[in-house]
Amino acid sequence: MLNIENIDVFYNELQALWGVSMVVNEGEIVALIGPNGAGKTTTLRIISGLLKPASGDIRFLDHPLGKEPPHKIVEMGISQVPESGKIFTGMSVFENLELGAFVAKARKEKDQSLEWVFGIFPRLAERKNQQAGTLSGGERQMLAIARALMSRPKLLMLDEPSFGLAPILVEHMFEMIAKINQQGVTILLVEQNVQAALELAHRAYLLENGRIVGQGNGQELLSFESVRSSYLG
Amino acid sequence: MLQNLGQNLAFGILVGALYGLVALGLSLVFGVTKFLNVAHGELLMFGGYASFLIFSKLKWDPFLTIPITILTLFLIGALLYKLVFSRTVKLPEESKIKNTLLIAFGLSVILQNLALRFWSADERGITASYASIVFTVFGIRLPLMRLASLVVAVVFLLALQLFLKKTYTGKAIRATVQNWEAASLMGINIHKVYLLSFAIGAALAGVAGTLVAVNYSIYPTMGLGWTLKALIVMVLGGLGNIPGTMVGGLILGVTESATSFFINSNYREVAGLILFLLVLIFRSQGLFGTKEN
Repeated sequence: MLNIENIDVFYNELQALWGVSMVVNEGEIVALIGPNGAGKTTTLRIISGLLKPASGDIRFLDHPLGKEPPHKIVEMGISQVPESGKIFTGMSVFENLELGAFVAKARKEKDQSLEWVFGIFPRLAERKNQQAGTLSGGERQMLAIARALMSRPKLLMLDEPSFGLAPILVEHMFEMIAKINQQGVTILLVEQNVQAALELAHRAYLLENGRIVGQGNGQELLSFESVRSSYLG
Repeated sequence: MLQNLGQNLAFGILVGALYGLVALGLSLVFGVTKFLNVAHGELLMFGGYASFLIFSKLKWDPFLTIPITILTLFLIGALLYKLVFSRTVKLPEESKIKNTLLIAFGLSVILQNLALRFWSADERGITASYASIVFTVFGIRLPLMRLASLVVAVVFLLALQLFLKKTYTGKAIRATVQNWEAASLMGINIHKVYLLSFAIGAALAGVAGTLVAVNYSIYPTMGLGWTLKALIVMVLGGLGNIPGTMVGGLILGVTESATSFFINSNYREVAGLILFLLVLIFRSQGLFGTKEN
C-alpha cells in the first residue's frame, strides 16, 4: 500500500534520514520505533507531505507522493495524527470533527463518519459541544484520532498517541488502535512505548540516527539485542 | 458641560466604529498569515478612490459604491498576494513578519505614487446630497453620515464573524489561525486560505476607504495615518481577535474624543499612542487577547 524507497531528508544542511526504505501493507499495523531524534516524526512528515525528501521515492497505492502538497495527500487517503494531537483548542469538539471531514469526498459522508467515530469514542459524543481546549489529556488524544478518522483514511498515521497519558489510558488507547485497525484502517504507528507497540503491531521498523537498523515482526524485534538493552532494560 | 461630554462620547463611539472597521482587515490578515501588511492604509486609500470615482463619474449613491469597491479591492488583494506576499509563506514566523513588513512598506510607497500619478495630490471627498442631515437626540447631534457609517461598520463586522463561525471555509480559516500545520493535515489548502484571507482583508480596507471618503477626505499620502490607527486598534483588541478589534476601535475613538474634551484636541493622537504603549508594556496580548496556549 505504502512504499518508501531509499529516501534522504535534510533540515537545512543537516541530514535527518539516510536511505530509509519501508513498506506498509494493506490491513497491517506497522510500528516505527526508535530513540528520540531518530527521525520517526520526520518520516511521518515526509509521508504526509509537510516535508519533502531530497531524494528517493514514496508511493501510495501506486501513486507517487513526492511532489504532492499535504492537502492532496489527505485526499488520497492518508491521515496523520500529529504529535500531541494538535487539536483546535479554540473550537468545539464538533467543529474539530467537521474540519476532519474537510476534503470534498469526506464532507459528503460526514454524518456517517460522525456516527462511526462516536461509536469508537462515545466520550466525544457526550462532549460534542464542549470547547476542545477544556478536554482532558486522554480526551484530547481521542479527539485528535477521531478527527483524523473523519477524512475516511485508508492509512492512519499516529505520532506517539500514548505520550503523556496515564498507564491505564495507554492500555485503553492501544485497544482503540487495534479496534480501528479491525475496522479496515491500515495503521502506521510511531511510539516510544516500545513494549506495547511491538505487542500490538504486525511488523515493526527500528530507526536509529536516521537509518533503519532493524525490521521484522514484533517478537523478532523484541528479541533484538539493541532493542532489549535500549528500551526494555 | 454634561451635554458637551455626551456629545463627545457619542462622537467617540461613531469614530471608533470606523477605526474598528479600518483595523478589521489588518487584524484578519495578521491572524491568519502573520503578514504585517503596513500597506493596509494604501489599500484603504484605493478603496476611497474607487468609491470616489464611481460617485463622481457615475453619480451613484456613495453607499451603493461599496459592492464595487469590495470587488475591486478583493481582486487587488488577491493579485498582491499572488505576485508578492505568497513568496514569504514558507518562511518561519519571525522572518515572515519582518520580511512582509519590508515588502509592505515598499508597496505602500509604490501605491502612493501610483495614486499620485492617476489622481493627483488634490484632496478629494464624497459629499452626498443628504450629507448635511443631522439628528438631535437629547441635545446630542448625530450626523446621518456618521450613523450610516456606524451601521456599515457593524454590518461588516457581523458578516465577517458569521462567515468565520458558520461556513466551512470560515472554519478552515480559523483552524489555520490556530495551527496551520494541523489544518493542512485536515486537507485544507493553506495557500488558498492565505490568498482568501488576504483578499478579504483588502476588501475590508476598501469598505473602510469608502467610509473615510464620505466622512473625511482622501489623498495619496493618507495611508500611513490610517495604518497607524489600525495598528493601535489591532494591538488594543488582541492580534487576530475579530470582536476584540471592534471594541479596540471604540476604545481608541472614545479615548481620542475624551482627550480633546478634557485636555486639548491637539493631544488626541498622542493619547492613542500612549494607550498603545501602555497596552504593549502591561498587556502585550491585547486587552481582549488570551495568551498563547
